[in-house]
Amino acid sequence: MSANVLAFAESRSGDLRRAALEAVTAARTIADASGGEVHAVLFGAPGVGKHAAALGAHGADKVLVVEHAGFTHNNPEAVAGTIAARMGSGYRAFVCAASATGKDIAPRVAAKLKVPVASDLIAFEVKGAAIVATHPGYTGKVLQTLSLTATPAVLSVRPGAFLPKENAKAGASEALAPAGDPAASRVKVTETAAGNAAKLDLGEAPVIISGGRGLKEAGNFKLVEDLAAAFGNAAVGATRAVTDDGWRPHADQIGQTGRLVSPDLYVACGISGAIQHLAGMRTSKTIVAINKDKEAPIFKVADYGIVGDALEILPVLTEAVKKAKASG
Amino acid sequence: MGEVRGRSHTSHLPSPTCSFRESLQTTGPTLKIAVCIKRVPDMDVRFKIAPSGKAVDETGLKFDISDFDGYAVEAALQIKEKANAGEVAVISLGGDVVQETLRKAMSMGVDRAVQLKHDGAPVDSYAIATALAAELKDGGYDLIMFGRMSIDTAHGAVGAMVAELLGLPCVTAISKLEFEGTTAKMRRELEGAYELVECPLPAVVTIDEGIARPRYPSLKGIMAAKKKPLETKPAQLPEQRLALDAMALPAERSAGRIIGEGPAVVPELVRLLKEEAKVL
Ligand SMILES: Cc1cc2nc3c(=O)[nH]c(=O)nc-3n(C[C@H](O)[C@H](O)[C@H](O)COP(=O)(O)OP(=O)(O)OC[C@H]3O[C@@H](n4cnc5c(N)ncnc54)[C@H](O)[C@@H]3O)c2cc1C
Ligand SMILES: Nc1ncnc2c1ncn2[C@@H]1O[C@H](COP(=O)(O)O)[C@@H](O)[C@H]1O
Repeated sequence: MSANVLAFAESRSGDLRRAALEAVTAARTIADASGGEVHAVLFGAPGVGKHAAALGAHGADKVLVVEHAGFTHNNPEAVAGTIAARMGSGYRAFVCAASATGKDIAPRVAAKLKVPVASDLIAFEVKGAAIVATHPGYTGKVLQTLSLTATPAVLSVRPGAFLPKENAKAGASEALAPAGDPAASRVKVTETAAGNAAKLDLGEAPVIISGGRGLKEAGNFKLVEDLAAAFGNAAVGATRAVTDDGWRPHADQIGQTGRLVSPDLYVACGISGAIQHLAGMRTSKTIVAINKDKEAPIFKVADYGIVGDALEILPVLTEAVKKAKASG
Repeated sequence: MGEVRGRSHTSHLPSPTCSFRESLQTTGPTLKIAVCIKRVPDMDVRFKIAPSGKAVDETGLKFDISDFDGYAVEAALQIKEKANAGEVAVISLGGDVVQETLRKAMSMGVDRAVQLKHDGAPVDSYAIATALAAELKDGGYDLIMFGRMSIDTAHGAVGAMVAELLGLPCVTAISKLEFEGTTAKMRRELEGAYELVECPLPAVVTIDEGIARPRYPSLKGIMAAKKKPLETKPAQLPEQRLALDAMALPAERSAGRIIGEGPAVVPELVRLLKEEAKVL
């Protein structure tokens, strides 16, 4: 078995995703430990190969480019089939990000290779023939140490756990033919509705401003958006109470059944701090809570709490952040 | 609804806040459905690690159907009710304690249940998928449903693996499902976007939240469930190559700190964010 590692270079609608760079960065750690190369595999419509340079800059020795009109939208059957066929030529591991797409691809690839998958890892190390990994389970309340003895190892890494690192390698691209006809897949993605281009994804934003039912009505989310805009590098999140009521889209929900995030700064506005919500954000580096009830559980995890009316405090905070940003 | 960012509403599929019932616009097809369900502890507690260091201490824990599997059971029941025909079976791999979980699903309206008996808690998704696939293979199911992930071991792998083992098309983490003839039409949520996907039946799907809130069993349902068939067979698990070496609780965050009340503390907050947390 070779010591090379195949990394999934996720793209969407022709754009390279940060998940791709995270997968390459994580793959690099395994390749370095076992003296192998990182090969990044990139799927897309013709033209997608232009991202090879970025992958090389982050540690890909080689970029395998699979260009075909059948990859204009995600095409999980053809992607997994092509990856599994390539893995057959001998790889130590396959690594992808535990994004919506990565989590869809990894188990398909693993099953084709007849191996288990270790998902959503936050750390791992190569120990001889095994890969020993840390995996959060029980809604993030328990950390499991797993040892994966199957080869090749199929892994997905939690978004944000392996920050993309510049680490220039050749990154030379090589065309790879799809295994089978991508147009013949039974599963067909007929539409990918892109989010607002200006919107930072929750998984990628260094700052998240989140609102809960304490904001009283959907219109007051304007205050949350204003604060996010003042930071400039912030995304807006929400509790399930709010997404259930249709104040915010489901995709913005943070928590056990929503997104798991760990930004540098998480500002919780009018959020009680139910455990299902905490499950999605308690690993944030700094947490600020604004709540009018000083007994609210969110204050137990907040580094900085302000007791008071979020509707009053948010505009003042927005102005103060604007000033702080302006003065550098 | 006001401004909804990151999502267009031009699609024929309803917005994710609609219930599954509303999203089925035509009378549905008659399907034979299997739902794989896992028994997991209620997460609403502070876990303790058992003396073995490899499991949570189960003392005082309550157990139920894993969250996403509950949504899958509900979605399956709604498909059957819509067609007023068809069958829903549930399958769980585990020790005899899973019989309670299977009965609960039958009290919600599921027709029959299969326990694949295995004591111990496997974490190797490929091994689990192999055992489930062996049971599902000759079942003649039109639709096989899973949760998007189990809420305890949380690998989100078993559903897609079973599909591969059975050679069936698979769509994961769906938040909407409707049928046009024998084509399933689905929606998957991505980070800040979504996909519309279709595939022919028979198929495997894994269910995300938002598709259908599980119903509570009625008293009548609970009585009826006692008479429904629950079959027990040994699980055929292959060798496991993913092992759980240890479990630990994550480091506690340092205790929270309230810095003051009202808008007057904003300057102090901004100073702390700048000088102490260095995030501004
Ligand atoms: C299986 C399951 C899964 C779940 N998954 C999730 C999940 O993924 N994410 C999630 O978020 N929830 C989830 N929940 C729901 C969760 O239990 C809580 O109900 C939810 O998080 C509460 O949202 P909230 O804090 O916005 O609302 P509330 O709990 O109603 O809290 C509102 C808070 O606002 C404060 N407040 C009121 N007015 C003001 C004001 N003017 N200024 C400042 N503060 C004010 C109140 O003091 C209160 O603390 C789940 C629940 C279950 C059962
Ligand atoms: N022991 C089990 N018995 C039955 N179904 C299971 C079992 N483990 C996992 N599943 C199914 O597979 C899904 C994904 O599980 P996982 O890959 O563990 O996250 C779950 O939501 C269940 O539908």
